[in-house]
Amino acid sequence: MSFDRPLSPHLSIHKMVLTAVFSIFHRFTGICLSLGGILLSVWIILIALGPDYYSMFQNLSTLIFFKIFLFLWTLTIFYHLYNGIRYLFWSYGKMMELSIVYKSGYVVIILSILSTIFVWISI
Amino acid sequence: MVEFTLPANSKVQEGINHPVKEVSEKPKKVVIYRWNPEDQDNPRLDSYEIDLSKCGPMVLDALMKIKNEIDSSLTFRRSCREGVCGSCAMNIDGVNTLACLKPIEEVNGEIRIYPLPHMPVVKDLVPDLSKAYEQLASIKPWLQRSNENSDSIPGSSEEKKQTPKDREKLDGQWECVLCFCCTTSCPSYWWNSDEYLGPAVLMQAARWVNDSRDSERKERLKAVNDKMKLYRCHSIMNCTRSCPKGLNPAKAIADLKKAIVTEL
Repeated sequence: MSFDRPLSPHLSIHKMVLTAVFSIFHRFTGICLSLGGILLSVWIILIALGPDYYSMFQNLSTLIFFKIFLFLWTLTIFYHLYNGIRYLFWSYGKMMELSIVYKSGYVVIILSILSTIFVWISI
Repeated sequence: MVEFTLPANSKVQEGINHPVKEVSEKPKKVVIYRWNPEDQDNPRLDSYEIDLSKCGPMVLDALMKIKNEIDSSLTFRRSCREGVCGSCAMNIDGVNTLACLKPIEEVNGEIRIYPLPHMPVVKDLVPDLSKAYEQLASIKPWLQRSNENSDSIPGSSEEKKQTPKDREKLDGQWECVLCFCCTTSCPSYWWNSDEYLGPAVLMQAARWVNDSRDSERKERLKAVNDKMKLYRCHSIMNCTRSCPKGLNPAKAIADLKKAIVTEL
């Protein structure tokens, strides 16, 4: 008897585990930061090209859409930074008990939000 | 290879709704993944209703009740019924665990049971674990003692002593029953199972690396020091979340990586 065995379902049936969500967001924010890095260099190039070009950017930056984008990008930076620190501890094999992994995850979220708000209040 | 969707022959269809024979005091619906190699059909989801007032407390009891009383064709592995053999590993209510250790009470609503995720299916809830077993064999899960490092005569029947402190280093690793709940919960393993060893096998690697009686610690570390075999682990932690024995494969893997950096 020859047949192809079916593959058992995976993503579609496995419960969303919070630790896995943290992990995938670390990747996602990493990609966003790389893309944001390109925009950052475009901004610097615009400054280098002179006042005409820079005023183009300044007009753009008054848009609410731009502000929301920048706010999310700030959040992304802090999430990636704090979660990265969590990974550093794990590299030493520290703080890897499941309960602590959950707690440190919540701390990362709270710190990211507080830091982002702090930055936006100070500017 | 990352493939988020199932191949055409694996798409799950709606199955048979087994009628209730008598009115039950405490009814519970159980939905089970079924596939029979002798049918030409795709896998399907069959549903059953059981009376919890006439059933043991664990999900395995429910499965055996269904097999005994409703549908004798239902196929699953089981043996010890107390979490020691690791046979009844399956995905219950979205999380991989041993059916014999999972209380029915912990499942709200209907109980949904699938085989271990992203594995070839032999029949119903029985996955083909031969690849995982091959990977286990590849890390040489037995005691190795080379002649020059040994303080006793090689091959002699003299006991190989270990201090209680050295013995403690194996705690949290030797208890693994190789049910592969962790390995099959790991997204990295889903996408790279051809090369990545997965949490269960890596924890066994750690178990032998940490054994003071074993003389091949360095060789063992070198053998797993590979970007595919070991470093596909990104500390997603699904393994630790899943382990029905409460072990921590993610930490064992982190310690392996650390030992490779500090010792090789």
